Amino acid sequence: MSEISIETRGLNLFYGDFQALIGIDLQIPARKVTALIGPSGCGKSTLLRVFNRMNDLIDGVRVSGQVIIGGQDIFAPGADLLGLREKVGMVFQRPNPFPLSVYENIVFGLAVHRLARRQEYGGIVEQALRSVLLWDDLKDRLHHSALKLSLEQQQRLCIARVLPLKPQILLMDEPCSALDPIATLHIEELMQKLKKKYTIVIVTHNMQQAARASDRTGFLYLGKLIEINETVNIFTKPAQAMTENYISGRFG
Amino acid sequence: MKPRLAQKIAFAFLLLATLLVVLPVLVILLIIVAKGASAISWDFLFSMPRDGMTAGGIFPAILGTLYLVIGAIIFAVPLGVMAAVYLVEYSSDNWLSRLVKLSIVNLAGVPSVVYGLFGLGIFVTFFRFGASILSGSLTLGIMILPVIITSSREALESVPRHFRTVSLSLGASRWQTIRHSVLPHALPGILTGMILGLGRAAGETAPILFTVAAFYLPRLPQSVFDQTMALPYHLYVISTQVPGIAENVRYGTALVLLSLVLLLNLAAILIRSRFRRKKKW
Repeated sequence: MSEISIETRGLNLFYGDFQALIGIDLQIPARKVTALIGPSGCGKSTLLRVFNRMNDLIDGVRVSGQVIIGGQDIFAPGADLLGLREKVGMVFQRPNPFPLSVYENIVFGLAVHRLARRQEYGGIVEQALRSVLLWDDLKDRLHHSALKLSLEQQQRLCIARVLPLKPQILLMDEPCSALDPIATLHIEELMQKLKKKYTIVIVTHNMQQAARASDRTGFLYLGKLIEINETVNIFTKPAQAMTENYISGRFG
Repeated sequence: MKPRLAQKIAFAFLLLATLLVVLPVLVILLIIVAKGASAISWDFLFSMPRDGMTAGGIFPAILGTLYLVIGAIIFAVPLGVMAAVYLVEYSSDNWLSRLVKLSIVNLAGVPSVVYGLFGLGIFVTFFRFGASILSGSLTLGIMILPVIITSSREALESVPRHFRTVSLSLGASRWQTIRHSVLPHALPGILTGMILGLGRAAGETAPILFTVAAFYLPRLPQSVFDQTMALPYHLYVISTQVPGIAENVRYGTALVLLSLVLLLNLAAILIRSRFRRKKKW
């Protein structure tokens, strides 16, 4: 496998007494789309939220094992949490722009991390919007409220919002579940474009989406990573019977 | 009874109850305006009292009430908002946060005269601020703290959770998240609390009775360590303590107090609606 972007070793995660992730070992290659699939409650979203430590916000979460991003264990004592989240951007299930203008949404991260001077904002906003193919639609509406946009545009904006931080990894938590099928296809096309620069990890309920849009697919069940491989292999000749049962719709 | 009839009767009663709420407000306003309007003049508003307060104006009392209200707000709003931020954003459910919440509820239930005594004991005597604008403002400030904390808490809690999640996911620190993604959106609600506190601070007599209010002062206060006259106390004085004051002067003073509170409220409401229009979700 080529360059590795995320690696976990013996990762366990507990919500209080409940173990949500059990001994996860995986490697996620750089500049590829990796999909995580599995039935509800299998831990795929939890796993995704390990990579930018968003689970820290929940009371009573404990993690053991290692997660290595950029050569460093992100759970090591003294690890730079805010720096990690700068490097690992996240797009959520529902489009959730701030109730600010398009422009303000995009410069939010810049302002927080003091990454650029104010004079440079304009160019950065344009670049971010171009990356998600929104520039032509929105260039005259930069100072309008982001909440006036269509859902698809909002979700694109949410992707654009993380780009000025120059992340290496984009985490997407069912990014299309609030969108219609056409918008879903558009976001998937966008992922194909973005993966040239970014490592993308996507959690999805939609197996067609995993099959269409990802290079590699991991199947989780009851907190365990059952199988992870090239998407083609997972969908045509899965090694595990359980994977085959799931993707053929026999349960889940 | 036929459902339709029952519905009509219920509706009539509900309407009646609503009207009964409005009625006293209207009557109070009408009486005060009718009896007091004739006293209002430039001279009444902006000159010193003369001839044992039977003539001249009420300017020192107006100014004094403004000072006290502003002082109370300066003290109570930052403190109250910070306490609310701590309670909503930082504290988990532990003994400390439970203690603080319990104290706030109790603080809200304390009668205002007890605040007056407390202010006398703590600020006037113990801290040796004397009977002064400082003591009075602090006492009023403590009195309105619960209102400010409670409304600020509600405002903070009504900011959608995902604003925080998104902000944190972009690598903002906890404080940056509060500062940029939570507080601005909670501002209208916080201002509402401020308005409520403001009205209360302007109108209360008991807390300022022992801590600042003067019966009569020949000159305006020069610093925060001076005593001052104040509208509610002045109203009490001219209504009960000084004989021979014209009725329209007494009602005129009440009208000024009422208008002052309404004016302050109006200003705050205007500011709030401007923020609301900018922040919509």
